[in-house]
Amino acid sequence: MKTLKEKLFQYITYLAALFTILCMLAIIFGIFREGLPLFRVVSLKQFIFTNNWYPTHAEPAFGALALIVGSLAVTLGALLIAVPLGLGSAIFISEIAGSKLREAIKPIIELLAGIPSVVYGLFGMAFLAPLVRQWFNLDTGLNVFSASIILGVMIVPIISSLSEDALSSVPSNIREASMALGATRSETIFRAVVPAARNGILCSVLLGFGRAVGETMVVLMVAGGAANIPTSIFEPTRPITSTIAAEMGETVVGDLHYQSLFALAILLFLITLATNLIAELVFSNRRR
Amino acid sequence: MKVRNVIIILAILLIGVSAFAKTNKVVCSGSTTVLPIAQATAEAFMDKNPNVNISIRGGGSGVGIAALQNGTVHIANSSRPMKTKEMNQCRAKGIAPTAYAVALDGIAILTHKSNPVSNLTVKQLKAIYTGAIKNWKDLGGPNLPIVVISRDVASGTFEVFNEKALGGAKVISSALLLASNNAVVTSVADTPGAIGYAGLGYLGDGVKTVSVNNIVPSKATVQNDTYPLSRKLYMYTNGKAKGAVGSYIAFIQSPAGQKIVENEGFVALK
Repeated sequence: MKTLKEKLFQYITYLAALFTILCMLAIIFGIFREGLPLFRVVSLKQFIFTNNWYPTHAEPAFGALALIVGSLAVTLGALLIAVPLGLGSAIFISEIAGSKLREAIKPIIELLAGIPSVVYGLFGMAFLAPLVRQWFNLDTGLNVFSASIILGVMIVPIISSLSEDALSSVPSNIREASMALGATRSETIFRAVVPAARNGILCSVLLGFGRAVGETMVVLMVAGGAANIPTSIFEPTRPITSTIAAEMGETVVGDLHYQSLFALAILLFLITLATNLIAELVFSNRRR
Repeated sequence: MKVRNVIIILAILLIGVSAFAKTNKVVCSGSTTVLPIAQATAEAFMDKNPNVNISIRGGGSGVGIAALQNGTVHIANSSRPMKTKEMNQCRAKGIAPTAYAVALDGIAILTHKSNPVSNLTVKQLKAIYTGAIKNWKDLGGPNLPIVVISRDVASGTFEVFNEKALGGAKVISSALLLASNNAVVTSVADTPGAIGYAGLGYLGDGVKTVSVNNIVPSKATVQNDTYPLSRKLYMYTNGKAKGAVGSYIAFIQSPAGQKIVENEGFVALK
């Protein structure tokens, strides 16, 4: 009887895992089935390397270069803001703060991760964008710069908490050895602890990248949405995600425009898949 | 205890299913511009007529018309008159499409409050949106670069603007594409050099409405068809609308229905 119960329990967990994997496969199958037919009409090279996105025009054009560049621009901008902030707070929490302060700060930073992205977007659109426009005397505050700031703040908790885990798991004998050799606290942190945790930190940055590149609501509301390649950080741009979100609602199911949005989804999926794979590799390296 | 629960659930399901079976089902699909009108009027209509069940889908005007041709819907919502090609397809399938106007839709051109330019011609609008004119000084305004704000290309609002103001031309790629009428109004209010457009129902205090070809957009100018950026919204049925379909459309065209139309940000029929 007991063994039967055990077996049943095992099978249930097995089914749960299997079902999750099935969902994943169904999604992949779905986007590829809807997206790949586009490439019968538009060549892959044309899709990725030309800058000409007019999907609903009388002579539709599907050159997504500006969208790809837009996604990368806001994501890299976000990392430039989130890495120093996230790593800095991770070092403070793990190495410098006393245990009481740590218990106070950690949940507050993690709370940032709990704010819905539409709230970030609203904040960016209503408060940050007008300020950015005034500060830099620009035509519009909806641009790469504003979107990067909001996205950056959004991914700080990811980078901070994962880096903090990595720093905390550095064995204390490394710190003690460094101190014993006469190193100061900052030398210990930057020459001994951070290098020992570098794989974990890199991993957090990659996961932050994956989160930022797939974020939709914020960029839809704050990036401005112009489908051109930004020549400065103060120009509006239109990432892949906001294109899909803005246009999917009104397309005719099964036509070229619909397929092109799924093709964009494939592209996005491949980008996040690649970053997750690299993060996984880096992470397994760390364990060894 | 458990058995009783099961019986209760079954009973509720049975009642639900039998109630469902008795109702008159009206299916409509098509234009997403008409969607909010159809939804709001359908809710009010079903409140008064509990035996009618109206189900509404979007998809776009073309999708709705194709569904009418295939006989899968009772009503096709369309934000434009049916094209000749579609008429011919209908006839070939033995469908006699009948048009019912349900609302009017006008699009206002918005600028920042501080902008002295108070009138633009359709030709100037086209020049601005295609990038031929890039500074307000060429339009009698201050020396200020124009920030062109447009809607996402799949929206119904863009569709009318593109057809009525641009004659189908491509919007310059540096234009900001925003995803809702409200986003356009907010951005124009915050941006001194901006020009944007939004449905008449969405105008706020923060923006200035510009007249087009010297005609001020208003309920009156849309109703008498003098304002250039306006259109009629339609529902198409196969033959004359009868039964539940007929009374639903009659309800939309009635004063009560037209009030709902205005609440949704559109202009009532004359």
